Order: sequence, then structure tokens, then C-alpha cells
Amino acid sequence: MSSALSREDVAHLANLARISLSEDELDRLGAELPAILDHVAAVQGVVDAAGDVEPMSHPVPVANVFREDVVRPGLTPDEALSGAPASEEQRFLVPKILGEE
Amino acid sequence: MSDLIRLTASEIADRLATGDVTSVEVTQAHLDRIEAVDDQVHAFLHVGRDSALATAADVDARRAAGEQLPTLAGVPVAVKDLINTTDQPTTAGSRILEGWRPPYDATVVARLRAAGLPILGKTNLDEFAMGSSNEHSAYGPTRNPWDTDRIPGGSSGGSAAAVAAHEAPLALGTDTGGSIRQPGAMTGIVGVKPTYGGVSRYGVVAMASSLDQVGPMGRSVLDAALLHEVVAGHDPMDSTSIDAPVPAVVEAARRGDVQGLRVGVVRELGGEGFQPGVRAAFDRAVELLAQAGAEVVEVSCPSFEHGIAAYYLVMPSEVSSNLARFDAMRYGLRVAPEGLTDPSAEQVMAASRDAGFGDEVKRRIVLGTYALSSGYYDAYYGSAQKVRTLVARDFAAAFEQVDVLVSPTAPTTAWRLGEKSDDPLAMYLEDVCTIPANLAGVPGLNLPVGLADDTGLPVGVQFLAPAQADDRLYNAAAALERLVDAPQLSADALEGAR
Amino acid sequence: MSTTTTPVVAFDDAITRYDPVMGLEVHVELNTATKMFCGCPTAFGAEPNTQVCPVCLGLPGALPVVNAKAVESAIRIGLALNCEIAEWCRFARKNYFYPDMPKNFQTSQYDEPIAFDGWIDVQVPAEDGGEPEVFRIEIERAHMEEDTGKSLHVGGATGRIHGADHSLLDYNRAGIPLIEIVTRTIHVPAEKAPAVARAYVTQLRELMLALDVSDARMDQGSLRADVNLSLTPKGSDVLGTRSETKNVNSFRSVERAVRYEVGRHAGILDAGGSVVQETRHFHEADGSTSAGREKSDAEDYRYFPEPDLAPVAPSREWVEQLRGTLPEPPAERRQRLQAEWGFSDLDMRDTVGAGALELVVETVEAGATPAAAKKWWLGELARRANEQGTDLAALPVTPQQVAGVQALIDDGRVNDKLARQVLDGVLAGEGTPEEVVAARGLEVVSDDGALGAAVDRAIEANPDVAQKIRDGKVQAAGALIGSVMKEMRGQADAARVRELVLEKLS
Ligand SMILES: [Mg+2]
Ligand SMILES: [Zn+2]
Repeated sequence: MSSALSREDVAHLANLARISLSEDELDRLGAELPAILDHVAAVQGVVDAAGDVEPMSHPVPVANVFREDVVRPGLTPDEALSGAPASEEQRFLVPKILGEE
Repeated sequence: MSDLIRLTASEIADRLATGDVTSVEVTQAHLDRIEAVDDQVHAFLHVGRDSALATAADVDARRAAGEQLPTLAGVPVAVKDLINTTDQPTTAGSRILEGWRPPYDATVVARLRAAGLPILGKTNLDEFAMGSSNEHSAYGPTRNPWDTDRIPGGSSGGSAAAVAAHEAPLALGTDTGGSIRQPGAMTGIVGVKPTYGGVSRYGVVAMASSLDQVGPMGRSVLDAALLHEVVAGHDPMDSTSIDAPVPAVVEAARRGDVQGLRVGVVRELGGEGFQPGVRAAFDRAVELLAQAGAEVVEVSCPSFEHGIAAYYLVMPSEVSSNLARFDAMRYGLRVAPEGLTDPSAEQVMAASRDAGFGDEVKRRIVLGTYALSSGYYDAYYGSAQKVRTLVARDFAAAFEQVDVLVSPTAPTTAWRLGEKSDDPLAMYLEDVCTIPANLAGVPGLNLPVGLADDTGLPVGVQFLAPAQADDRLYNAAAALERLVDAPQLSADALEGAR
Repeated sequence: MSTTTTPVVAFDDAITRYDPVMGLEVHVELNTATKMFCGCPTAFGAEPNTQVCPVCLGLPGALPVVNAKAVESAIRIGLALNCEIAEWCRFARKNYFYPDMPKNFQTSQYDEPIAFDGWIDVQVPAEDGGEPEVFRIEIERAHMEEDTGKSLHVGGATGRIHGADHSLLDYNRAGIPLIEIVTRTIHVPAEKAPAVARAYVTQLRELMLALDVSDARMDQGSLRADVNLSLTPKGSDVLGTRSETKNVNSFRSVERAVRYEVGRHAGILDAGGSVVQETRHFHEADGSTSAGREKSDAEDYRYFPEPDLAPVAPSREWVEQLRGTLPEPPAERRQRLQAEWGFSDLDMRDTVGAGALELVVETVEAGATPAAAKKWWLGELARRANEQGTDLAALPVTPQQVAGVQALIDDGRVNDKLARQVLDGVLAGEGTPEEVVAARGLEVVSDDGALGAAVDRAIEANPDVAQKIRDGKVQAAGALIGSVMKEMRGQADAARVRELVLEKLS
């Protein structure tokens, strides 16, 4: 796969990652990332050559790790809000939200 | 300089037990040492003087009252500033968490407290543990106590430097791609990455969830084992925590017997590209193991060569998701975007993340966002996860033949600050030896084996063992530790510089 | 709002030219004691940020652990929907930024849902009162995920998101277990589509209640329906662009949303326009929808397996054991209830059609006779729900309270008229029926002293009538009883009054 990554691509990725990168940062990442991608893209060839291989998402092969449905003490509202940049009425105060989910 | 700071943790524990010294005296001696040398080393981001002394006094009182205490009760410890502590800030080395006080302790911190270890302070690190040099800390780099113009390795460089510089007898680090073992090698101390799932990750700021592991650092194999035993074991708050007994690491560290042990030298982790002084020190160490009765063979793990490529896909992908929560809404830095009078939440998020994260963090977030995006997932993230399976298969095949694997821990000794800053890829390649263990979840240990002939700086040997056989690492390393003459840093070196 | 200028076509007209293609996504909040991945309680309506912890606040270092009961409920829902249960599945992270989602990813399931390939038969009442028609709705999947927090938008005139100065976030709801149930594309005769959609959501809710896995209160958001809809020109197989109407919160609204969207799409297509792929909001007041977020191709959730959670691999033994706990299938249950209650086919159809089946069941369980329970829910309460444009289940009265009102009648403590006043009080939030009776002084007077005096006064005031009764014209007693009831403002025990009148004049 070609790892060509345009400046627009980087800007799009930064937007997905919610980071308002400066013009300089976009330039620099646009220059750095292709070299890194060229290196890491090698994994495809390795996998193609290896044939049928299961992906490993967890280094420890366990399943069914569950918790009983029993209430545990959590945080007080004061603790919960202790790091908040702003709060009001026992809620986290954030700037106006534009998009809707 | 007080003699107390020259002692290993196990020696301190012995003297505390006999009543020779008090924990307050030992803790104070280390706080004094920090005071004396940390402006040169910059191992600490925060010193918890009062709380450390309070813990020490409490332990002393309980001991005086005849209470039976855990082995390390009263022995001070430093904690990487990636690990949550309620009584000290936790910054992850990032501006985005400057001054943040977690409302809860990490499980490993709760275990330190329960075992009575005074926490001296929080150690410096590459921002969010992303780096191999500590140059990516938002609060300035830690320096290598052996040569303060050089890097101490990373990302647990602060913990490594603190232990090497006798500012702390013990420290906790975290290791995602070598972040305990490589700084251990750079500063000449013992550092262990336990089996994935062996130590709880709850309350440890996540970098890459499927790779991160907390581990002990100390100036002897036994010290590391003692700390390992305190923090390891099942935690119901961490779904990836192994629900099985902790391997008998302390017993293994005391045993140190390699007679008949099958030791495999990994062919792919050495040779070309490795500094001659590192190769020579490694070869001498392997020779010593053979002389002590180990059966040394060469084994091949061909997939290890692709470890870095897989790692630099899996890690940034998980990073991009794990670090999404730092959005200026609930905690951490919030900045107003420039030139906007009435910014939206979305704009504040983006501006805060730009201002709060350093270059390396942003680079990895963008890389990971790319690797996970639709159309690229299979080629990048999916393939990288398959390479992990190949790496695990190589380990499995190797451990059919041998009991432990050995390699140099890092291809070079410590480099000068700034030497590799302009080339991220060159920095990434430094992790070639340590990454396979994280990809497969197996444990690894760095043992200092002496100084390189060419640079005069510490060299480390890495031991690797199968998952949940951490005790094998301690046994083999303890044997080699007795055979090598690994000089410890002269404490006077830093004092003299003042 | 690019489509506001295009006229909306009447539904009946639209379906002469187009066929609707529907898909329904329903989110069910489970009634577990704790959240999906942490031990925080899940009570509705608690003070803000009192049911939170490091995990559900997404604090640095926090890690999730799966609630076993939630997995159990997910499997039971899957089985009740005739789904396959995965032998092995994982959670996945759905990455997108939104302030009500603390980690900025939702822990959900992606290509490995716990349940898949199921179906449910829904009954749509026939308009002419004949046999209901049955439609099979295919279930694509049911998967586990977590809910978001709630935001309060402050400063805007309407409290809605637009025009707000800032927002206030409460994370009590963040992390509550959700099961998302997704249908395959639903193809039914165009004119049936709105009723099928309504019947599906109605029966899904009944099922959740029968399984006892959710409160399934649409008014409180513990059951939320999204309606996906597109139109295909009649005789064509070209798929149209779909809209997603989010969080429709009553059965009636589901039906209305389908009708409206069919008309809106038809209007756009008639005018030669193209439908925008977007989410839409439903407005209860006029049954319309308005544009929300545009869905673009740029949307990229970057799903990947959740590394912090172990896979879920339910053993076949566990699955079979859970299958054994399933309630009887709804159709069989309805037959059984009809027989037990002695309802006619019509009675039963009316009850089901009104969405009152579970309410009647619970009212009967609370002590009322089936006939009385039906009388209340399909009579007085149905009238009030209709007046308020809401569902029966959303009325602020519980089946237990309805049974309580009936018990007051059965005990002779109130009459029908007073009972309706008691109900008024309950609906107004004045407390239990007993409390309302006490507070409003609604109890009928059956005390002989008070009643006797009133009867004496009535006899004195109506000597002619009294004489007629003495002469044996017993039917004249009604006038005296009426007089007593009037004096006592309806709160007299009419039967006892009659007895007293006859005693005194015999
Ligand atoms: Mg969903
Ligand atoms: Zn919680």
C-alpha cells in the first residue's frame, strides 16, 4: 500500500482526533508520517507471507471476566467535580455544544 | 552523604526489622539526597515529603508496638507519575494534566500503602510514557546520573535515574515497549516488566492497553523481586489481570542457580547495528552464564524483526483512543481558542488538545487515528495484530527449546540529549529488543552487566521467559548478577558536581 | 434545514407512488442494579453526579469490568427474539468525540454482537375489528453497549441545544447498560408500515417487561426507538436515501414519525429533489421531524476490539439454562390470559391494541378483577392519555394505584364518582389513593348517625314523598336518596341511605 499522505489527509485525521493543529504542525506531520508509515506498512507483507494467522487482540487468553451486579461505593459529587475546569449546580460546565449525537 | 542511601532495599528492610534504623531516618536520608542532587538529575516531578515522612512515622510506631509488618514496610519508594496517587499530583508528564489530583489511588499504590512503603514522590517520564529518552516530558528532561549530558532512557527515565542516583532504593515504572527495561539498561539498574496481567493496571494512566504493564525497579535483583511481590496479584478492577498465584519471584531471586538452565540467545536481537561495546559486554555475560553451568544455545525468532512495525501500529492505535478522554470537559487543561469570542465545546476541545499535548503525543495520536480509519484498518491495525500472533508463536517455539531467552536490552548505551530528537523513526528503532515481550505479553528483565568498553556507560542484558514464569527471570538474573562486576554509580559523583 | 420549503405530501397520497423501506433500532436500558462496566447504581432521577465513579467518569487510569447480569439479560433478550447466541464475541470501541461520553468512545459491540439472526411476529390490529394481521420482523442483531450522560443546555430560550450559552453535564446515566436491537429491513404493504412499526415497538416493550430486564419506560428514555426510513418508487427496486429519526418516545409517536417521514420524503422526491442522509428529531407537538446531524462519509468511528475487556464466550450450558428462564411466548401468553380473565376476542384485542396488556396484568396482580382493571385502563385512563397525547404507560399512575382505587370502591369507601376524583389526585401527584382520600376527604359517609340525621331532614323537607313511600310506593325513595346525596355532596353511601329511608318510613 502506498503511504502517501497529503496535507489534507493529515488535517482530516487531526479533525477526527479533535486536535487543532497549526499550519506548521500539519506541514511537519505531513513530512514525518510517510516515512513512519513506510516502515510499519511492512506488516502487510509479513502477514501475506505467513498465510492463515489469527489476530491477537489480548495477550492473555481469557474470556468471561465478569463482575457481580452489586453496587460499590463510587465518588462523591465533590470528588467527581474536583478536577473540573468549571462546574455549576453539581454538574460539569462546558461550552455550548454544537453538534448532536 | 548518609550511608543509608547506599543500602539496597533488602538491606534497609533487614536493618528496619532489627531496629538498627527507623523508617523516618531512612526516608529522611532519601529526601535529603533528592534535595541535594535532583536539580541535576530532575528525576522527580513532585516530592511528597510530608506524606512520606508520615507513612514512615506510622510504620515506625507500628513496629515499635510489636506489630508484624510486611518485608518492605518502611522502605521508601518512588512512583512514576503515570500512576494515580490521591495525595500527590499525577501529570503523566503532560501539560494537559498539570496539577491534576486523582480522586482515587491506583491499585498498585493502594498495595504500596498497605505494605507500608513511604512514597517519596512522583518521577519524571516521557509525556504519557511515549518515548525512549525522557526528552518528551513536558516538564523538562531527566538526566542520566552517569553523565548528565545524556538521556536516562525512557519512558520510566525518572524512576530509573532516581534509583541509579540513590534518590530512592526502589521505584515503580511502566513498560509498554521497553519503558522499564531500556532506562534500566541506560542507568545501570534492574528493571522488570512482569507478565501482561501480572500486575494491575487499574489507576495507571493508559497508553496502550494491550501492552502496558507496571513493574519494579531497584539496584538488585532481589530488591526488584521484593517490590514485584508487593504490587503483583489479581485485581478484580482490571479485567485483564491474571487470576492465579504470583510466581515465586523472591524465592527465585534468592536462589540464583543456572546449573542446567537452558539459555537461548536470540539471533535476531544482536549483531549488525548494535554498538560494539554493547555486543562485547553481552557476549561476556553469556560466557559467564555458560561457565556457571547454563546450556547456552542460539535460537531464531524471525518475526521479532517485524516487532517494531507491529508495535508502531498497535500502540498508536490504542493511544489515539485512550487519550481521547483528555478533552478539557471534566478535568485537565482547558484553553480558549485564539481569536474566538464565543467558542463551542468542540473548538475548546480541539484547542486544549493542541495546547496540552506535546509533539510526540500528537504524532502518535494522528498515526493511530490513521491506522484505525476505515479502509486502512485491515492493512494496518489488523495486520499488526496478526504479527503479534507470529511473535507469540516464535516465543512459544523458542521456549520449547530453552527456559529463558537473552539479548542485549538496547542496541546502544545512553546517547546525548538532543542527539535523536529530529528523527522519530531512529528513536523508535531503539526499542527493537524490548518490544517483542510486550507484543506477546511475556515477562522481561534488565540486568546491568557492566560498562561498555567504548563509551564507559552502563550496558544491560535482557532476560525473557514464558508468560507467568517471571520467577525464571529472577532466578537467571540473580545468578548472573553474582558473576558480573556491574559497578554502581558512585554517589559522590553527583555530590561532587555541586 | 434544506428541505423545509418542500411541501410534505399526505401519507395516503405518498403511498400511491412510493413504498416505504423501514428499519427500527431500539435501545433498551437494562434494569440491572449497577452499570455496565462499574458498580455505580442506576436509579432514575437521582441528584446529578451522585451515581458516578472513576470508571463511568472516564478518569485517567480507570478500567471497565463487565456486569454479569447485563450479559445474562442480553442473552435472554436474544433468545426471546429467537436469535442465535454468539459462542464467542467481543466488545469494541466506537470512537467519536461528544461531551456526554466521558471516554470519547462508546464501549459497544461491532461485528461480533452477542445475539444475531432472530425474529419476532407482531400482530397489527385490523381496522375493521377483524382478525389481527401478523407480520414477521427479522432481527439482525442485539448487542451490548453503554449509555451516555445527560446534558442540560443553559441560556437558550427553549432549553434545546441551539442558542445555548453553555451546557451542564450529569454523568449518572453514563455507563448504564443498553441493549441495542436492530431489525433487518422491513418490507410490508405501504399502508401498514406505520402500524407495523408501532406494533413492533409495543410488542418489544411487552417482551422486555415479561423478561423483567428493563423498566422499558419510553417516557423516561429506558426504551428509545430510532426509525430509519427511505422510499422506493413503486415498481422499482432502487433504494432511496434514508433518514434516521432519533429517540421517538411513545408508541403513538413511532407511528406518527413513520407517517410524517413517508410524506416528507415523498414531497422531496416528487419535486425532483434528493433526500439528505441525516438524523432527524421528532416533535410531539405537531408530529413533524426536523433535521439534526448530517451523516457524511467522513464519519469514521474507528472501531477496534476493546483491549481492556476480555471476550465474552457464553457456554452452551449457560445459554440453555437461560433459555429455561424465558417467559412463555407472547402469543401463547395472550391466549392463556384471555382464558383466565374470561375476556372475549374483542376485549383482548382492545386491550392489546391500547398497549394495556401489561398494565392489566399488573393491576390484576395487585388485586383488581380483570374486568375492573380493563374498565379503568381502557376507559377513564385511556381517555386521559388520549387527551394528553401520550401512552397509557406514560401516565403518572401505577397499576398498583389503579388496583387501590378499585379496592376503595369494592370496600364501599368511595363510589364511582369519588373514585374518579381519587384518580385525579393520584395523577396530580398527591400520593397513593389512600393519601388522596385522606387529604381530599373523599370517603363516603356510611355512619348511621350522620346519615340518619340527613335522612330525617330529607323526610321533613319532602312530606309528600315520604307519605308515598309509607303508602308502599317504594320507587319514590329515589327522590329522598337524591336529596340526601345532594346535601352530602355525593359522599354518602347510597345503599345505606336507601336502607335508612325504607326503615324510617315502613
Ligand atoms: Mg448504539
Ligand atoms: Zn461508575
